[in-house]
Amino acid sequence: MSKIKQRFVALPKPVKILLWVLLALFAYALPLLEPPIISTPGVDFGGVLFVVTMYCLVAIGLNIVVGYAGLLDLGYVGFYAIGAYTAAVLTSFHAHWPLLLAIPVAVVVTTISGVLLGAPTLRVRGDYLAIVTLGFGEIIRLVAVNTEWLGERKGISNIARPPSIGGQEGLFEIPHLFWGDGTVLIDTKDTTQFLVFGVLDQIPYYWLGLTVVIVMLFADRLIKNSRVGRAWEATREDEDAAELMGVPTFKFKLLAFATGAFVGGLAGSLYASRQNFINPDSFLLLYSILFLAAVVVGGQGNRWGVLVGAILVAYLPQRFREFDDFRVLAFGLALVLLATLRPEGLFPPRRTVRAKHLEQELEELEEGAGGEESARV
Amino acid sequence: MNFDFLFSNLPQLTIGGLAFGAIYALIALGYTMVYGVLQLINFAHSEVFMYGTFAMLWTVMALGGADAGGIQLIAILIAALFSAMAMSAIIALLLERVAYRPLIKKDAPRLIALISAIGASFVLAELMGLRDRIAGWVGLDDNLSEYVGKARINNSMAGVLDAPRWEIGNVTISSIDVLVIVAAVGMMILLDQFVRRSRLGKGIRATSQDPETAALMGVNPTRTIQLTFLIGGLMAGIAAFLYMLKIETTKFDVGFLLGVKAFTAAVLGGIGNLRGALLGGLVLGVAETWGSALFGTEWRHVVAFVLLVVILLFRPTGLLGESLGKARA
Repeated sequence: MSKIKQRFVALPKPVKILLWVLLALFAYALPLLEPPIISTPGVDFGGVLFVVTMYCLVAIGLNIVVGYAGLLDLGYVGFYAIGAYTAAVLTSFHAHWPLLLAIPVAVVVTTISGVLLGAPTLRVRGDYLAIVTLGFGEIIRLVAVNTEWLGERKGISNIARPPSIGGQEGLFEIPHLFWGDGTVLIDTKDTTQFLVFGVLDQIPYYWLGLTVVIVMLFADRLIKNSRVGRAWEATREDEDAAELMGVPTFKFKLLAFATGAFVGGLAGSLYASRQNFINPDSFLLLYSILFLAAVVVGGQGNRWGVLVGAILVAYLPQRFREFDDFRVLAFGLALVLLATLRPEGLFPPRRTVRAKHLEQELEELEEGAGGEESARV
Repeated sequence: MNFDFLFSNLPQLTIGGLAFGAIYALIALGYTMVYGVLQLINFAHSEVFMYGTFAMLWTVMALGGADAGGIQLIAILIAALFSAMAMSAIIALLLERVAYRPLIKKDAPRLIALISAIGASFVLAELMGLRDRIAGWVGLDDNLSEYVGKARINNSMAGVLDAPRWEIGNVTISSIDVLVIVAAVGMMILLDQFVRRSRLGKGIRATSQDPETAALMGVNPTRTIQLTFLIGGLMAGIAAFLYMLKIETTKFDVGFLLGVKAFTAAVLGGIGNLRGALLGGLVLGVAETWGSALFGTEWRHVVAFVLLVVILLFRPTGLLGESLGKARA
């Protein structure tokens, strides 16, 4: 694994960019290709891929909170819900705004709610924070269940879709591939209308989701390598030391919370638009846990690891629908196995690995060279 | 807000709330003890409790509790209590062996242990929810249909126990509520004394204070961790027994919300603190019941979480602070 990575890093920059572009193109084309093993029998492949992009988006956001800043957030689904409900209320339930106007408002509302939740609660640390955020997520859901203004249990339907390019007919149609026994044909009957956001075809939503994920990846890269990102990591590793070195940890933790909420709200409003319908059951505590599992399974703090985790968590249950009733059981087993076999996550960030190595070396030194002498050094 | 209803029923509501709180407190012990020793949220502890409720239900069914009365019923209930405790303890020990020990050995990050526990929690709950299918595989579904049927819906033992209600003035008090409170508080006091005074209890406290020094002083860390899981399981078993007496219905996912509530109770009192768990549980139970009388039952859980947030704002380490280790003998 690391050898492949080294070879990739050593490539000249244009080649690297070309490879990335090819990968992105492949990702865009995936639902049209309908590759035999990957594609999901019985479930709409485009829809599954859209859900995967939403999990990726959520994982990127939660990774900022959990992975970079080290704040254990068990109520992340609350932000997702706020984003979704804001979009739903503005475009269908109490007003009829176009979606493109509602999404920015939804994102702003979630960011503000992130600050409002963070400002008082970030004084508590570790597991206390975990349970407070968990309580927050549940409060959001229960308020939605019990408030008439938010549609109660019935939920909200007819949420606006994004505007289609070129009207209901679209600009042009793209045919899918058809995989026969060993032959690949272009299936002219099964086509996707380019960027028409309708009920039946979910591929345009997937393209939208994928685009947002790519944009967020760039943003994530910028912020991780900035002063802010380093401040987050310092806070994560040792809050007191960071504070002593002049990092205003509270401010940065709050910023992490708000940034995470921002991404979560964006994902929520996109999800609401695609579902066209939401109710409180779309935001169970279970999803918070699944989101967290995606982040931790992939290797918290590692952008690509987190994406892999999100893809696994979102995709595997859909792919293995035959097991249906046993899906959750298998998922639980997978979590236990993964945790016991790869305790650092599938792809731990380099810094974590390095720190672990250093720690081991130090321990060996201390044990080898007779405690007291080395302790004084 | 319905103040009249709250004040006119205050004694009754308070007793009911305390009974709920006592059950929360007993479950909370499992969280608080594991947290005290390992600094981990034992997310699967709610499933330990859930298995206890089923052990209780099945024992009562198997021994013909529905037709029994008098002495016979009491004997059946005692058997049910012991089977619930045994079942919960076995599940708790199994959990420690499978989901925690490998991670502790590898010195894994704490979040991974949380994920492992969440996975174990899913597995345990789903095994119970799919027990009809699993029994079908091994061909036992006909023999055991009474027990494995209705795997994903409510399983009830309603009407087994016809407990008297006492009328004092114009207040009706359920004798079961009183029994639950007395039993739970009694168990808590016993446990508190055990941890404070006994040799094993001192070992637990020493480990939670400083595992390395405790190990140097001859405390076996693995044994201590096992012991905490065992005690947590036994207490969850008692909680399951009392819960079934009071509520009479269980389901494969009954543990989830109760677990969250119990953990909330543990945090409320100060996680890692045994007396805190009792206080937190009772406060939470009463606040919930009063809250649902005030705002309507649908706001019950919201009241619990808002209370938690508010208390943590003013006392960031809970009502009594963290201190399994600091408790003085």
